[in-house]
Amino acid sequence: MAAFLARRLLGTPTSSSSALISASRAFSSSTTPIKATLFPGDGIGPEIAESVKQVFTAADVAIDWDEHYVSTEVDPRTNSFLTRESLQSVLDNKVGLKGPMATPIGKGHRSLNLTLRKELNLYANVRPCYSLPGYKTRYDDVDLITIRENTEGEYSGLEHQVVKGVVESIKIITRKASMRVAEYAFLYAKTHGRKKVSAIHKANIMRKTDGLFLQCCDEVAEKYPEIEYEKVVIDNCCMMLVKNPTLFDVLVMPNLYGDIISDLCAGLVGGLGLTPSCNIGEDGIALAEAVHGSAPDIAGKNLANPTALLLSGVMMLRHLKLNKQAEQIHSAIINTIAEGKYRTADLGGTSTTTEFTKAICDHL
Amino acid sequence: MAKRSVSILTRLLTNPSSPFTAPTRSITYMPRPGDGAPRTVTLIPGDGIGPLVTGAVEQVFEAMHAPVHFERYEVRGHMRKVPEEVMESVKRNKVCLKGGLATPVGGGVSSLNMQLRKELDIFASLVNCINVPGLVTRHENVDIVVIRENTEGEYAGLEHEVVPGVVESLKVITKYCSERIARYAFEYAYLNNRKKVTAVHKANIMKLADGLFLESCREVAKAYPGITYNEIIVDNCCMQLVAKPEQFDVMVTPNLYGNLIANTAAGIAGGTGVMPGGNVGAEHAIFEQGASAGNVGNDKIVEQKKANPMALLLSSAMMLKHLQFPTFADRLEIAVKQVIQEGKWRTKDLGGDCTTQEVVDAVIKALD
Repeated sequence: MAAFLARRLLGTPTSSSSALISASRAFSSSTTPIKATLFPGDGIGPEIAESVKQVFTAADVAIDWDEHYVSTEVDPRTNSFLTRESLQSVLDNKVGLKGPMATPIGKGHRSLNLTLRKELNLYANVRPCYSLPGYKTRYDDVDLITIRENTEGEYSGLEHQVVKGVVESIKIITRKASMRVAEYAFLYAKTHGRKKVSAIHKANIMRKTDGLFLQCCDEVAEKYPEIEYEKVVIDNCCMMLVKNPTLFDVLVMPNLYGDIISDLCAGLVGGLGLTPSCNIGEDGIALAEAVHGSAPDIAGKNLANPTALLLSGVMMLRHLKLNKQAEQIHSAIINTIAEGKYRTADLGGTSTTTEFTKAICDHL
Repeated sequence: MAKRSVSILTRLLTNPSSPFTAPTRSITYMPRPGDGAPRTVTLIPGDGIGPLVTGAVEQVFEAMHAPVHFERYEVRGHMRKVPEEVMESVKRNKVCLKGGLATPVGGGVSSLNMQLRKELDIFASLVNCINVPGLVTRHENVDIVVIRENTEGEYAGLEHEVVPGVVESLKVITKYCSERIARYAFEYAYLNNRKKVTAVHKANIMKLADGLFLESCREVAKAYPGITYNEIIVDNCCMQLVAKPEQFDVMVTPNLYGNLIANTAAGIAGGTGVMPGGNVGAEHAIFEQGASAGNVGNDKIVEQKKANPMALLLSSAMMLKHLQFPTFADRLEIAVKQVIQEGKWRTKDLGGDCTTQEVVDAVIKALD
């Protein structure tokens, strides 16, 4: 267990490979703050966003937050409740943090997540899942990353009724999208010091579609001979994950399998309330987000658990190469939860959001 | 760790003696004259560990003098299609027992498993994922039956390349197939005294396709007011399975989700090496290892002959019940469960290191 903690705390590599994802970015020195877009979101969103701001200030992270809220009217330029300005802000700043957003029900507008995904061209969803020391689940030694293709596959939304009682839904796989996500997966594995990438598929049944996905992964794998590469059929993967999650390191998958497997892995470590996530777009855009819901029943009561948003913020910092501060904040969070004195209600404790945040700041 | 040892202790303390050492007979079955006549069953050993485990079943049946006669046919996964004679045999016998058939990845061969299911219209796949006494797992109180639509959905096999680099695959959902699988699921729940049926879907994204599936389930649910019906989205379902599996009872799903859910549920209950299952249609039935993961095994297991025959043995007990030989089924089931509980003869996936033959010998010895 000590070795596990040590690996987590010391394991981030130095930036030896510098020509990376966001090569075009100018990284900040300690004097010029980086601008980042912040979407606090709805429900518990504003409280946990406040938490993140406090922790980042306490850790001396030089970030200038550009806050945007979901408006109450549909913006005709984007056909959704997110305004053109909000989206432009992310495109300009290239980095953002998003809290939970409740999609309003109704027609005549796109869903918020769909808007973000399409406008910002977010093609990969990265979700690290690791067991939090101190928060006991049935699985102690989970340490894996799921990377999911986010734009096509089964979620293309192309369905139609052929005749009454017969419906077709089209799954699309393209070489371009598969190569893009495969490249990102191997790059991520290399820069984060991971040893193995597993491509998850059902190419024995869906021979052409998943076959194309696998082909792209094969091609990219050849360029990274130092990283172990394997292909696992999705049903074997499911079984192996629940029996022995240590068998996996980085998983790369098309859209539907990614959705299911990433939620399965989140369940292994304690649920969506503790899981960080980051969406990667073209031109080095990264939008970290908390994937849990907006929990309107506890909104405004200072009871929410900011862990997911904080850990997503840490992912954002790593993307910006502010590794030292990312590590600091990360270990502070881990230690606070491991200690057990300050825990929010969903982890079985009695602390409020502000107490928990303060405990993390103290641990820095 | 403390939590697990407490639960092991509670189990040991409340179960001082194995219930199998002093078997009490239940009320007897009354056969009709002539019910003891042997039935013929098509046997397809299959690939990889298939021949090993089907061989195990043959040995055990022989030892029990079960009134089953096997007609063996060699089918390999890389064949273009299932040979005519095999199809005819299954159509004639109506019941088949098979090992796994490996479907080659990316090659130009379509899945023989799918071919069998489509041609014989075997539309329901059933896996019983249940904690086996004696096999300690991370999850307790797991008793889930996954009923999966077996002929359409994502596995329709309709794919084509639109332009180079862009491929489409069609997922087809029909009211006819969705309705009949829903009806099968509710009927199963009713016949087996199950209290709840859960439909698994992703209708928030695939509104028309999974929406149609859900509609069919809801209609059938109305005819069974005594059975609770609810719906769950597939990603949430997987999360709930690893966190709180006791909330699920019978689950009805379309093809792909069923595959994932069955393997996940089998994994949490002890692994696909011990979960029984089968496929059934209006006229035919094929019995095989419950969930598909690992049913062909890998080269190492084949070489060392260390495959786990328990799943296929329990599925063959299901087959014996289907053939209306319930007493043989009971004997086999009790023997297998006894061997698992004793824990002395276990293959690698259950934490031991025995060969298939050693396990088979133990089961044969445990028969009455």
